[in-house]
Amino acid sequence: MTLETDAPFDAPALDSVRVGIVTFPGSLDDRDAARAVRLAGGTAVPLWHGDHDLQDVDAVVVPGGFSYGDYLRAGAISRFAPLMEQITAAASGGERALPVLGICNGFQVLTEAHLLPGSMIKNNHLHFLCRDQRLRVENADTAWTASYAAGDEIVVPLKNQDGQFVADERTLDELEGEGRVVFRYVGANPNGSRRDIAGISNAAGNVVGLMPHPEHAVEAGFGPDSSAAGLVGVRGGTDGLGIFTSVLKKLVK
Amino acid sequence: MPRIVVDVMPKPEILDPQGKAIAGALPRLGFTGFSGVRQGKRFELTVDGEVTEELLEQARTAASTLLSNPVIEDVTRVEVLADDTAEGQQ
Repeated sequence: MTLETDAPFDAPALDSVRVGIVTFPGSLDDRDAARAVRLAGGTAVPLWHGDHDLQDVDAVVVPGGFSYGDYLRAGAISRFAPLMEQITAAASGGERALPVLGICNGFQVLTEAHLLPGSMIKNNHLHFLCRDQRLRVENADTAWTASYAAGDEIVVPLKNQDGQFVADERTLDELEGEGRVVFRYVGANPNGSRRDIAGISNAAGNVVGLMPHPEHAVEAGFGPDSSAAGLVGVRGGTDGLGIFTSVLKKLVK
Repeated sequence: MPRIVVDVMPKPEILDPQGKAIAGALPRLGFTGFSGVRQGKRFELTVDGEVTEELLEQARTAASTLLSNPVIEDVTRVEVLADDTAEGQQ
């Protein structure tokens, strides 16, 4: 943690940041994402995939789940939802581009929408995997990681079947070269993802996607049993909260 | 009613974990003559009336935008299935 991010922030100011949470048919973690935004001090705004109105939100989380039952390909149908058009346009808006975070199925939606490169295929071991996962924050300059320092490690839950990140070698080299690998798996690679990649960003750094679930590690009593520092007591892990405080603090500035 | 068939296969360089699992199961059942399996998808788009060139073009566009993801998959076939073909009778 840097000094800057530990500086006190005016709670009502954070509260003025409105973060939209998109719900698709089959979204599962929209409520947890909204809860994470609230626990970080912001205001969560529910958004419906079929609407055309972003309701003037300052940032958007595309949450995890199995939108449209993962039919066709994970995220393939959701990507054409009316609201996704608004999100894609706003996320590509240059200087004042909308910060967008895709978690798990949300990450899959963002790759299908071409907001992020690459794609996710079935885990190399073919099983659904659910476990607490250690990650390294490789890039702390994105809209969603500024509360961390580069090299920080976090532990958050990972739970998916189609979690294997793939892209061609040129794209992978480009991601590495431009510092757009945001999160990397630490320890054994859980799903065969190329170069242990767990999360990436677009070139501007406002759009970030990751397969693990930071929104499930935001409140003591309901998180993993460990944090990057070690055991923290039963379900005491809150390493994911920084993702949400990152975007709030960035938007307040 | 005529149908347009679209076949989508995982790209050759993309590991196909499902195909690999099937390849592992085949010899257990005594099917020992196959050295590999790749699993793809087949879509059948039903058309009311005649398949025009315009409809075929629509099918090709749908195949490359919605039915496949060019990062991981190739469209290997977009073709009209006439009702009187053996395949159409299935």
